[in-house]
Amino acid sequence: MTLSLSIEDLSLSRGGRRLFSGLGLGLEAGQACALTGANGSGKTSLLRAVAGLCAIDSGRIAFGGADPAAARASGLHLLGHLDGLKASRTAGEELAFWTGWQGGTTAAMEAAVRRLDLQRLLDLEVRRLSAGQRRRLALARLLSSPRPLWLLDEPLSPLDAHWRAEALEVMAGHLAGGGLILAAVHDPLPVAALGLEILP
Amino acid sequence: MSAALQLLRREMAIAWGRGGGLMVTGGFFAGATLLLPLASGPEPERLAQIAPGATWTVLALSALLGLERLFERDYEDGALDLMAHAGLPLEFTCALKCLGHWLATGAPLALLAPLAAIALGASPALAPLLVACALAGGLAFAFTGGIGAALSLGARRGGLLTAVIVLPLFVPPVIFGGAALDAFSAGLPWRAGFSLLGAYAAAAVALGPLAMAAACRNALS
Repeated sequence: MTLSLSIEDLSLSRGGRRLFSGLGLGLEAGQACALTGANGSGKTSLLRAVAGLCAIDSGRIAFGGADPAAARASGLHLLGHLDGLKASRTAGEELAFWTGWQGGTTAAMEAAVRRLDLQRLLDLEVRRLSAGQRRRLALARLLSSPRPLWLLDEPLSPLDAHWRAEALEVMAGHLAGGGLILAAVHDPLPVAALGLEILP
Repeated sequence: MSAALQLLRREMAIAWGRGGGLMVTGGFFAGATLLLPLASGPEPERLAQIAPGATWTVLALSALLGLERLFERDYEDGALDLMAHAGLPLEFTCALKCLGHWLATGAPLALLAPLAAIALGASPALAPLLVACALAGGLAFAFTGGIGAALSLGARRGGLLTAVIVLPLFVPPVIFGGAALDAFSAGLPWRAGFSLLGAYAAAAVALGPLAMAAACRNALS
């Protein structure tokens, strides 16, 4: 599936408060956009709106020629503060479940495990993992089922310097393969990225 | 389809996992049934008379256990986000979660129910109907209970709220099942009550997921 992302004149409110209005963005294959803005400016809400999880006030979110429902179901990955990993299950069980759920293959999952050096963690319960290890597990989920658009919410924050660099390399690889990344970040992304600042 | 099966297996594994599962539900069921003779006196005739109804009521209450965890955990850890934008419709996902909950707790409880009823003095001849009622009723409890669990997402003390929302929805199946069991014990026609219970369960399975999915979407947005 190839798709592009275009956001036109988007307005969004949460809890009766207008977060932003008139927001626009165009993202083509191979492009990344770093989404910045103050705390509470609506970065996470924008990502959730693109994923179809929260309603928009006005404007348009389109995925090129693709049907929005299909694009959301099988064309995008959302990686937020909440990673969807069950604390009481092992890392391996969770990764296998989400890989199957998102239509990935075992081969891709094994490659992702090697890429993010998770072999020794797979037998551990997710509750035993550190925040950085959990994030690596969540990133492995993205690699296990290839999808073009990655919506990342502060993807690097829990990672140490080594894994920050590795994660950036993973993201660069995704872009080189024709992927798209929309990432809410506090620091500019070193991978070639457009910038979009949300202003109230 | 394999995604659906994997979800079902995961739901059952979580329901059976630590701090939940059959030991807790079964323990509650046995304990609550045991309280009854202590409260109403040990006379065998009286106990035998109320045994079917008492077992049936305790079964309904046991079905409340674990309901709060049905959606709450997936909501808190973000799994519900991922399930809401998946290829599988959220309605189907909700139905699978309830089915997994029923398979993990409701169905085993249905097999325990005759033991409790017979221990209280009910006739062993009642056992097959009690299992059938408990299986159908368990489905109704799981799928109506799921509505309450989804509606109370994000609330503090969601478990209590779930119980308050759900108990009125439990009234019809408790009446239908109780009537069938009473009629059977008294040698009267029992099929009408049982049919109504089955119809209620079928309606809950058909309509419950629509309400659950709407409530989940509302909580996520």
